[in-house]
Amino acid sequence: MSKKPKLLWLQSLTCNGNSHSFFNHSDLFSILSHFELIHFPLIDTKYTLEDVLNKRVNCDILIIEGSIKHGLEKCGVDIATLIDYYANEAKYIITAGTCATFGGMFKEYDSDNINGFAFDRDKAIDNFSKFRKKLISLPGCPIHPKWLSYVLLMIANKKNIPLDDKNRPQELYSITVHTGCVRNEYFEWKIDTHGFGHKEGCSFYENGCQGPFTRGSCNKILWNDVSSKTIIGTPCFGCTEPDFPKERLFFTKTNMGIPQKMPLEVPKRAYLTITGVAKSFNIKRLERKLIEYNNDN
Amino acid sequence: MTKKELKRESIIQASLKLFSSNGFHKTTIPDIAKVLGMSVGNLYNYFKSKDILAKEIIKYTSEILGQEIKKVNILDISSEEKIKKIVELYFKMAEEKPEMIEYFLRVYLSHREVFSDGCEGMLCVSGFVTEIMIFFDDGVERGELRDQDFFSAFGLFMGYLGGMVFLKGENILPKELHEYIDDISKNIYNALKV
Ligand code: SF4
Ligand code: SF4
Repeated sequence: MSKKPKLLWLQSLTCNGNSHSFFNHSDLFSILSHFELIHFPLIDTKYTLEDVLNKRVNCDILIIEGSIKHGLEKCGVDIATLIDYYANEAKYIITAGTCATFGGMFKEYDSDNINGFAFDRDKAIDNFSKFRKKLISLPGCPIHPKWLSYVLLMIANKKNIPLDDKNRPQELYSITVHTGCVRNEYFEWKIDTHGFGHKEGCSFYENGCQGPFTRGSCNKILWNDVSSKTIIGTPCFGCTEPDFPKERLFFTKTNMGIPQKMPLEVPKRAYLTITGVAKSFNIKRLERKLIEYNNDN
Repeated sequence: MTKKELKRESIIQASLKLFSSNGFHKTTIPDIAKVLGMSVGNLYNYFKSKDILAKEIIKYTSEILGQEIKKVNILDISSEEKIKKIVELYFKMAEEKPEMIEYFLRVYLSHREVFSDGCEGMLCVSGFVTEIMIFFDDGVERGELRDQDFFSAFGLFMGYLGGMVFLKGENILPKELHEYIDDISKNIYNALKV
C-alpha cells in the first residue's frame, strides 16, 4: 500500500475562517482518511506544534491560510520563513482563502507589507514564478469546504487539476457566482429587488451584487449544501476576487443609473443594448410576489 | 449590401421623406411606391404594412444617429468637447437630412399608437439611447459630469436639441441652427458638469 500524502496546514495572519469552514465539511473525516494529517489547527494529530515549528515534520501538501507579512512572529518563529521552508518541501501548495491567495482583508491594514503567498492583489510576486508548478490558488472568504475537498481528492487520486492563469482550479473558478443563481430571470429582465432577504428581484442594480463579475461556484456548489448569499437575497461581496474587499458592499456604484462594473468580459455597449431592450417590457409574472402569504395562517 | 438590402434602404429613405413632409396618415403605400417607381405589390414584399415600415424607419434613424454618436464616444477628448461634437452632428443632421429628425419628432413622438406594439420603451431607439448612456457613463467615470438620474440628464440634453430643431421646423428661429452650436453646447455642459 502506498503511503498517504502528508498534509500540513499552516496559519499566518488569519481569522481562522477557512479552517473552520473546512472543519464543517460534512465528510471531513472521510476526506482526511486519504491523508496523513501532520497539523491542522482544529484537530489533534500525533505531532505537536513544536514539531512543526522546529521543522521536525515533512509534508507533501502544504495548505496556507492567512496573509503573509514578513517579520511576523508566531510562537517566536518568523512565520513567513517557516512557510517558505515547507513550501520548498511540499509537492503541492494550496493557498486557502483570499488572504493567503491575494492578500485579502488583512492587506487592508498594511497594504505595502501584507500580501498573498504568491500574489499582491492581482499581481504575481516572486513566489508565483518560484512555486507556480505546484501552486493551487483557492480564493474565497472563506473558501467553501468542498472547493478544498475537490482539490485534495483530486490530488489523492493523482488526477490533473486544470488551472487558470492565477492557478485557480477551472472547475471552481471558470464560472461566475451569477451562474446558477435563482435570480437569473430577474437579472435578465432587469427587475430589481428592493431591500434584502426577499424572494423576488435581483441584487445587481441597487444592493451591490458582484455575482456577475466574481469568479466562483457559490451557486453551483451550495453553502451548507442548501443555499447561497445571492439566493437568500443578499449581495455577493466578490470575496474570491483579487481586489476583495472593496468598499460600500451593499451598494451598486452607478454612473447616471448605469452600473459601473459590467458582468465579466461583457462590453458596456453590449450590456446596455440588451438592457434597454429588456427594460422595455413589463413581464407581469416577474413583478408579482412569488408567494402571497395569507395573514390567517 | 445585397441588392435586396439596397432596395430596402431606398424604400426606408423615400418613405422617411414622405412621412416627414406629408404626415404619417396622409402618406400611403402607393405614394411611396410611386416615388420609387416600383409596384405596390413589390413594396409589400419588403414591408408587410405601413406600420411595420414606420417602425423599421425609427430603428434605422436611431441606428444612424447612434453610429454617429459612437464615433464621438470613442474619441479621446473631454466630455465638454464631446458635447459640442454631439450638438454639431445633431444639428448637421437636422440641416442636411431634416427628415431624420423630423420623423422622430413628428411621426415617432406624435403617433404613439403606431409604435405601441413592437417599439415599446427603448426598443426601437436603443441604437441611439445606448450611445448616449455610454457618453454619460464615461463622463461620470472620468469625474467630468455630475452623477444623477439618467433621464434628468437625457431629457436636458436631447429635449433641448429636439426643441431647437422643432422651433427651426416651425420657422420660429431667427438664425440658422449651426449658429447656436457654441451657446447650446456651453449651456448643456454647464448643466451637466460636476
Ligand atoms: S442576485 Fe447577483 S448573482 Fe443573483 S442573478 Fe442577481 S446579479 Fe446574479
Ligand atoms: S457569494 Fe460572493 S461573497 Fe459570498 S462566498 Fe460566494 S464569492 Fe464570496
